[in-house]
Amino acid sequence: MSATTLTPTSPKAAAVDKPVSWKVPVTLSVVAVAALVVFGSMAPGASATFGISTDRDLLQLPALTVSGVAGGWVCALAMLALAGYSVYLARAAAKLPAWVPIVFGALFVVGFLIWVVAGARTTSISLAGLIAGSVTLAVPLVFGSLSGVLCERAGVVNIAIEGQLLGGAFTAAVLSTVTGSVYVGLLGAAVAGALVSLILAIFSIKYVVNQIIVGVVLNVLISGLTGYLFSTVLTRDPEHFNAPGRLPIIEIPFLSAIPIIGPILFRQSVVGYLMYIAVAAVWFGLFKTKWGLRVRAVGEHPQAADTVGIKVNRIRFWNVILGGAIAGVGGSFFTLVAVDSFTKDISGGRGFIALAALIFGRWNPIGAFLAALLFGFADNLQSLLTIIGTPVPSQFMAMLPYAVTIFAVAGLVGRSRPPAADGIPYVKG
Amino acid sequence: MPENLNTEPAAEQTAADTATDTALATADGRIPPSPVPVASQGGDLGHDGGGSLLRQIFTGNSLVAFLSVVLAIVLGGVLIAVTDEKVGAAATYFFARPSDTLSAIWTAASGAYVALFQGSIFNPNAQTFEGMIYPITETLTVATPLICAGLGVALAFRAGLFNIGAQGQIIIGATFAGWVGFTWHPPVGLHLALVIVGGLLGGAVWGGVVGLLKARTGAHEVIVTIMLNYIAQFLLLFLLTTPAFQRPGNTNPISPLLDQSALYPLVMGEQFRLHWGFLVAVAATVFVWWLLNRSTVGFEFRAVGANPSAARTAGINVSKGYILVMAIAGALAGLAGVAQVAGTEKVLSGGVAATFGFDAITVALLGRSSPWGTFWAGLLFGAFRAGGTAMQADTGTPIDIVLVVQSLIVLFIAAPPLVRAVFGLNPRKKKTKKAAVAAAEGAGAA
Repeated sequence: MSATTLTPTSPKAAAVDKPVSWKVPVTLSVVAVAALVVFGSMAPGASATFGISTDRDLLQLPALTVSGVAGGWVCALAMLALAGYSVYLARAAAKLPAWVPIVFGALFVVGFLIWVVAGARTTSISLAGLIAGSVTLAVPLVFGSLSGVLCERAGVVNIAIEGQLLGGAFTAAVLSTVTGSVYVGLLGAAVAGALVSLILAIFSIKYVVNQIIVGVVLNVLISGLTGYLFSTVLTRDPEHFNAPGRLPIIEIPFLSAIPIIGPILFRQSVVGYLMYIAVAAVWFGLFKTKWGLRVRAVGEHPQAADTVGIKVNRIRFWNVILGGAIAGVGGSFFTLVAVDSFTKDISGGRGFIALAALIFGRWNPIGAFLAALLFGFADNLQSLLTIIGTPVPSQFMAMLPYAVTIFAVAGLVGRSRPPAADGIPYVKG
Repeated sequence: MPENLNTEPAAEQTAADTATDTALATADGRIPPSPVPVASQGGDLGHDGGGSLLRQIFTGNSLVAFLSVVLAIVLGGVLIAVTDEKVGAAATYFFARPSDTLSAIWTAASGAYVALFQGSIFNPNAQTFEGMIYPITETLTVATPLICAGLGVALAFRAGLFNIGAQGQIIIGATFAGWVGFTWHPPVGLHLALVIVGGLLGGAVWGGVVGLLKARTGAHEVIVTIMLNYIAQFLLLFLLTTPAFQRPGNTNPISPLLDQSALYPLVMGEQFRLHWGFLVAVAATVFVWWLLNRSTVGFEFRAVGANPSAARTAGINVSKGYILVMAIAGALAGLAGVAQVAGTEKVLSGGVAATFGFDAITVALLGRSSPWGTFWAGLLFGAFRAGGTAMQADTGTPIDIVLVVQSLIVLFIAAPPLVRAVFGLNPRKKKTKKAAVAAAEGAGAA
């Protein structure tokens, strides 16, 4: 099948023919103008106060107070300037540097924060708390999206992240209680996630069942299974099955007292530290090792990989298992860190936000990590905004990750392209 | 089982063929892969034979479907028995008196399934005739939204689109229909018609957006539909806090009751919840059958689903097909929303769609994406759901077991070699893939 069978209406072909896309400049301009109207001309009269230090920090920094009007105008005008720059580049047929949308997004977040806090009933929030909370909420998302990265880079679509998280959460709770050790529970969570992945791998690789079907059905299966066991065994005898205790928070002396950075980097549970290690390890593994090169080859062009002697399905199998184990560890966050017991469907759809983070992060571990942080931030901000009483309905904040993802896959904020062989089973011959 | 031996190579060949087709159809990955399930591409384009039941039974697929259900129910029974308290107690002295354990296992599993049956089909213990047949009417009531939404998922499958978004489409459909139902007050007859149109329109918009994004930007419909489900849910929750939707004088996110004139009439009188929505679901099944098998549009859908590149070469407007099929699929899911809001629930609330949209996916998969297959699968899962509620009340077996059994059924049906291996029907043990390729080559030579 040659490229000539593609008509110009095909998006991929269009991208090749026309090097400059107007989608991003137009989107940025529209958002900038909207920001000018909302953050600038409709700015609240009050000032927003952001607390930076907490009382546990070594260094006490004064709180940051920003006038709603000035802050709004500055952010909106800066966004407009960036949008103008992108239009200029598009006219000159030059490629837009990657930092432009990122800085634009950051300005939007800052402008929005100033606008929303200055307009609230309580015009003061703790920035340190907001950021630390965001990282905490992002932990399961990061693990989930890393699982997705490992599977999909090898060409297996992983819709079952939700099931892997849930299986990990359940097993962590039960094993910790039964053995009395939270670390055994943590290990068990990884095994449980890997077992969920095993089903995905057997059905999608050995039996060549459509990967999306297996993923969707696995989520239902794990939800039903854990829900059933919870309603029977766990509720019957919670003391012996559902009282895992918590993973201790490990503080690194001095470093954990640095304002803002301290709590997020050096005041975490084992799961939190594992998250940073896992992101770095997956990134290094995928992009700096022979193994990673093989995985990516299998995900992009399995025939070619097979031709040079790479065992396509074996690589896929083990990647899916590894991904499941990582997601399982993320699942233990729910029952060993966030709260100390399992409840039905405790993962609450975060597996799908992890999937969104994976796509928004463009199938890259670092990108997925940053996207997960952003979604964790949105999640945390949503609950914070309800507390300080803003006019913005919390439901819209809750929608944000999903809406942003649709924009990402639709190419409005840069194209998000999956590995070429993602979702296609490989049958030799 | 001679008929099984005969049909087996055909089934295997299909799997290998479709895998090759998928690889070819994506032009080495330059075109986004068609996510059409291998199962739904399974060579049965064109005949959905509701009338040829006998032939279906004697083909391998139906045998596998039946065995899958049996296997899933057995595994569910094992789960019930293992977690049962009495079984656990009897197992402590298993070696002294194994019969106790075995009888406890049988009591636990069979008790749950008997309760499931009595809650979904027929209850012989009831005092009155109405009480006896009440379960089956409940099954039909619960099956109504499952069938409608399942048809939406199945139709999109056939056009090569994986519609995970039935949940969101039901929600938006129900939102439109509900709003028409409690805000406007047109005369009787017209009101219900407007409610139905509202539901169809809401679902069509929510589904059509997916088709539009897919056609214009290449955005993968699986991702878009998953995200739209959540957006729909939060949108509904937000709307239920606004004056236009919230019941006056109530702080809970719940709408006013729909007008009596906006509701589906009841089919069998006040004692039963069964409403005309079920008949609408039957009509929708007939419509989808007609659309897929007797209309030009349906032919184009199937062509797009089988091979988008070939369809494009043949002059079919693939983009239009994607948009249209998703709009119709959304409208069908919207019909499920109408059944909920104007039939069963009579009010719009955050949980109006329950999990029907997700169950609809399994319904469509079990029905192998054919209209009548989806219909029967919808009835089966409706029975599970209705019976599950009764089972939970009677024997204390949590309704979650139904989810386990349903998902196992779909998993097994999707992997026929596994089921055949479990029942010892696979003459060629091991190396199924090589066998599949060999079978394909053999069939090609023949």
